Amino acid sequence: MPKSNGMNKIKGFMVSNIVPIVFIIVCMIGVAFSGSAPSIIMMDVISRFSRNAFLVISLIIPILTGLGLNFGIVLGAMAGQISLLIVCVAGMNGLSAVIAASALSVPLAVFLGWLTGKLLNNTKGSEMITSMILGFFASGVYQFLLLFVWGGIIPIDAPGIMLDSGIGVRSAVNLNNLKYAIDNIWKMDIFTAGIIFSLIFLIINAVKLLKRTDKTKVRTVVNIAVFAAIFVICFWASHADACKKMKALCQIPMVTFGLIALLCMFVPAFLKTKLGQDMRAVGQDMKVASVAGIDVDKTRIIATCISTVLASFGQIIFLQNLGNMSTYSAHENVGMFSAAALLIGGASVSKATVGQAIMGTILFHVLFNVSPMAGKNIFGSAELGEYFRVFIAYGIIAVTLALYAWKKTVQAREKNKVQ
Amino acid sequence: MEQLKKNIKAIGLPRIIIVAFLFVLIILAVVQQQNMGTLASDVLVRFGMNMVLSLAMLPAVMAGTGMNYGLPVGLLCGILGGLVSIEIGFRGGVGLVMAMVIAIPLAIAAGYLYGKLINAVQGDEMMVGTYVGYAVVSLMCMGWLILPFKDPAMIWPIGGSGSGLRSTITLSDNYDGILNNLFAFEIGGVTVPTGLILFGLIACGLVYLFSRSKTGICLKAVGDNPRFAVASGISVKKSRMIGTILSTVLGAVGIIVYAQSFGFYQLYNAPLNMAFPPVAAVLLGGATGRVCKISHVILGTFLFQALLTIALPVANQLMPEGGLSEVIRIVVSNGIILYALTQSGGEGDA
Amino acid sequence: MNENTPVLSMQNIEKAYYGNKVLKGVSLEVMPGEIHAICGENGAGKSTLMNILFGMPVIHNTGGFSGTISMDGEQVSIKHPSDAMKLGIGMVHQEFMLIPGFSIAENIKLNREPRKNGLLSTIFGKKLQKLDEDKMKSDSRAALDKLGLDVDEDIPVAGLPVGYMQFIEIAREIDKENVKVLVFDEPTAVLTESEAASLLAAMKKLAAEGVGILFISHRLDEVIDAADKVTIMRDGTWITTLNKKDTTMEHIAELMVGRKIDLSQKEESAKIDTSKVALSIRNMKVAMPGEVVRGLDLDVYKGEILGLGGLAGQGKIGVANGLMGIYPTEGEIMVGDKKLTLNNPKASIEAKLSFVSEDRRGVGLIPDTSIEMNMVIPAIVNQNRFLKKFGFMSQYDADAIRKNAENYIKELDIRCTGPTQPVRRLSGGNQQKVCIARALLLQPDVLLISEPTRGIDVGAKSLVLDTVVKLNKEYGLTVIMTSSELAELRLICDRIAIVTGGKITDILKPDDSDAKFGMAMSGISGKDGE
Repeated sequence: MPKSNGMNKIKGFMVSNIVPIVFIIVCMIGVAFSGSAPSIIMMDVISRFSRNAFLVISLIIPILTGLGLNFGIVLGAMAGQISLLIVCVAGMNGLSAVIAASALSVPLAVFLGWLTGKLLNNTKGSEMITSMILGFFASGVYQFLLLFVWGGIIPIDAPGIMLDSGIGVRSAVNLNNLKYAIDNIWKMDIFTAGIIFSLIFLIINAVKLLKRTDKTKVRTVVNIAVFAAIFVICFWASHADACKKMKALCQIPMVTFGLIALLCMFVPAFLKTKLGQDMRAVGQDMKVASVAGIDVDKTRIIATCISTVLASFGQIIFLQNLGNMSTYSAHENVGMFSAAALLIGGASVSKATVGQAIMGTILFHVLFNVSPMAGKNIFGSAELGEYFRVFIAYGIIAVTLALYAWKKTVQAREKNKVQ
Repeated sequence: MEQLKKNIKAIGLPRIIIVAFLFVLIILAVVQQQNMGTLASDVLVRFGMNMVLSLAMLPAVMAGTGMNYGLPVGLLCGILGGLVSIEIGFRGGVGLVMAMVIAIPLAIAAGYLYGKLINAVQGDEMMVGTYVGYAVVSLMCMGWLILPFKDPAMIWPIGGSGSGLRSTITLSDNYDGILNNLFAFEIGGVTVPTGLILFGLIACGLVYLFSRSKTGICLKAVGDNPRFAVASGISVKKSRMIGTILSTVLGAVGIIVYAQSFGFYQLYNAPLNMAFPPVAAVLLGGATGRVCKISHVILGTFLFQALLTIALPVANQLMPEGGLSEVIRIVVSNGIILYALTQSGGEGDA
Repeated sequence: MNENTPVLSMQNIEKAYYGNKVLKGVSLEVMPGEIHAICGENGAGKSTLMNILFGMPVIHNTGGFSGTISMDGEQVSIKHPSDAMKLGIGMVHQEFMLIPGFSIAENIKLNREPRKNGLLSTIFGKKLQKLDEDKMKSDSRAALDKLGLDVDEDIPVAGLPVGYMQFIEIAREIDKENVKVLVFDEPTAVLTESEAASLLAAMKKLAAEGVGILFISHRLDEVIDAADKVTIMRDGTWITTLNKKDTTMEHIAELMVGRKIDLSQKEESAKIDTSKVALSIRNMKVAMPGEVVRGLDLDVYKGEILGLGGLAGQGKIGVANGLMGIYPTEGEIMVGDKKLTLNNPKASIEAKLSFVSEDRRGVGLIPDTSIEMNMVIPAIVNQNRFLKKFGFMSQYDADAIRKNAENYIKELDIRCTGPTQPVRRLSGGNQQKVCIARALLLQPDVLLISEPTRGIDVGAKSLVLDTVVKLNKEYGLTVIMTSSELAELRLICDRIAIVTGGKITDILKPDDSDAKFGMAMSGISGKDGE
């Protein structure tokens, strides 16, 4: 294979990462015009990131299994919400409530994921629209369940949660009893946290480097360089005066971040297992996978289950950070916003990585934070900025889907050309 | 037993369930001593005001692009036409006609662009259409804020730049109900909105005539069997384009008719999910992603709207707290679409 | 294991699909280290035999088969592809079963990945065992080395030359530990000559290591080159098994075709008038998937019935589809003295070409629409017939359409309940007549008719063929008939062009010898120096 020169490599990098690059520029413009202090933006983005990263990452596995963007994670979010309500009705508090809710949500999410997977196996080729409509449909069932069955058929005595009539859950439920239950276990300022996390990853990569001798070495070395740089920057910043304000304001919820980091390591490791390999095979070509003896339908169902369970955890993390829950709408935009974040990170309908999820979550939430102020300062209307970020979310999904579909038809045409 | 199963399959399980459900609702309404006259009048009005919107699905299905989930593109053109007509100062019947006259060329242009896209993404029209619809609605949210409308009835009273259009624009001293009241008469306590229903039926008639024209035959051939159409010298892309444009135009006209009956134009996020009820309605009427007839449109719209209209007071009396009727709406309309998706075996047919 | 025990033996295999016998007692023995070729036309029963060997569901869902299969002298029962795999039967598929985004090693080890325990598997169980990437690579390397393929096992399959992909398929099969019998189904169909040569070399190498090889091919030169034994099948019957040294290509070809055709009922064809060319094709290339045409030259004379024959997948079907502009086409085509605009079906129809497609349900008909509309749509669209004008709007003329349909129903004897019956309900033969009626309605100069008797019962076959002859004789219509059934081509055509590899190998007379037809179909031109 001929070695490409540096210029071409940079060009190739730009082309394959054009989406995040464009959004980095958009975000930079937004930050510049928002007039907010970087530390304030950073603080908000950290809390939004810790809230949303789990949900975004939960989309990766179905994408690689060929199911496209799984808008069915809405069902996972519902499972999380129902579990939270149950533990609240039971009168639990704090961390134990969150842990109990997570444990409770697993069987529920697995069941919903199994149903979703079954349905998606019946609608091969239009999984995305099916999962989206399924999300709407489930929303109706969920409303029915919480508005009429709860209290109406199953007697529930929880005045703060149920409506005054005793039938149906309030539309806004206060979760103060478990607010920040995970986040507040251990908090550190951003730089110390950066030092700790980069040190951990440095050690992991160093061990890898010692153990392996083949081609992945280059990647490991790059990783080490990146984490070393982060380490140095954080070390410097934590002592610099210029960063004092940021150090004071930006507190990292260590456990939440730790969980996200664990998930980030779990996904790639999972993909290198037998099951993960099967999923990738199914995702690329169902027919070949099936001829090779892989149970395609079962593999797809497992993928939706995993995604649904992760999403239910994600929603629990989200809500413990928020501290209150709009019972009937908190789940509604979970699928759409998570998908948009992932795509902004450079993922597509058939390919996604943890890195893209992280990148996308950060960019999307920077955009979310700065749009209203930037809109006000540029166009004199904060509303405009708010609509702009919604437009970006829908727009990026529309463009990605259209490009994906268009590529498919072009590829089909190319394939049939006579050599 | 076999025969019964066959019949159930032919009519479709969801249709049976929903018709049965409708009967239950009617019986409940009688038991609850609801005012049946008002209820019937409401059903007729809702049927009339939604007919053209449902009809918009027909040319799209006919040309093989499946249900038009990108209907908001047309709706926005219609709303824009309506607003421009008000801004210029047209009132009453002239205002209604001018709204359509302005909206139709807009819809043709927008439909052309949308058709280009739909032709590029053959096979994924549903998903792309849905999200393009969403994106265009949110784009127009910004549009409503910055478009230079001046009529004080339409913009927020605070004035100044950037305040933008109101979220609902009333037609009460304009053409509110003008079609509903045209030739309207009362019979046995039921008010029949003759003009409204007549308008819908005329629209259906025009589409019927179109389907028998040369262009209509081309569209239908493409929709029924694109490979047959290609071999017969029909341009598939052109036919799909015509179908998409026609659907967009009907969407634009449909929302104007809808608004005159409703009494308001709703801006901002209101059109976001307005593609789904018409889709559900025609599916309920017996259409699929490949076949849609005028009879499906009329029957489906009637059943669907009757269900929703009757469900509202009945559910409210049953459960005064909260929106049981809203739950019914969500479950029914999305349930029908989901069922259609599974029936087509994921061939991109719903 | 005795040297003389066949590694695979299939005895008296019989199989019927819905009462229709497709295999009538076929027997076959493969010795270890032997390359055993199976030759036969399409429909000879080769693929059914292989499906039985692999225990494909299609066999067992249709009532199984009779006869016995033994391996190494012991009778075995193969109920499912996994049984075949366990017994050591491998298959190199005609279409590649490879995942483009996976590396070569990942493809070779697909669903047979070596694994080792890791953190995840200790928590979640066996399914989450880590892949042993090192072993995957070394195993793949060994298999590739065996085939003499020098390519990095780490690079993805996408973008590799087609020949490599075939080798990766083979590597996957030989990597399976106990492989005893390998089936190659038309392995060289998509390969270039040099790739094919190295494939044959690899095949011989494998045989030398003791693997029994079943080799299905229509390229007789390859068969003669590689095989030790040749079994010939025809119409589901075993004809003979020959040692290579006892036979020649011509002999095999004759045995393959060897159908006694009653040519007596064919009238002596009048001398074809070669002065008027109805259609001239030069260097035609058609990108029809599975039926690619690669630079074909052909002249069709006015008033003749020209047959296009050849084996499936060789491109004969692509010719008519290319002429009609249905699949992307290049080249120079003259209709009469006018140049044909390519890739434009409308232009082809306007040039007075008319097409009855080989794919009746897929292309030929709108199944749920009435007979009458199926007939008239192209005429309405292309010739503005059956229309009434009302200002800028047109409406179709229901009366004229009805009358037209009634005429054709009578003339072609279409059995139906009436002109409004949906064509889906008609029998195959009657559907075909609707297609013919539609083609004739366009008043063509040249009628292209492909596989006119496919899926039609025996009685209706001759009716359809008679119709074609009648149109030719009575109206002087030039006909290009494409068919997989050599017999029917020889029955009604004036000349028969055999298409192989996307080109014409030979143009034969209907009464030429079987051997000549057989040779032409396996790509060997009768003309010298070509």
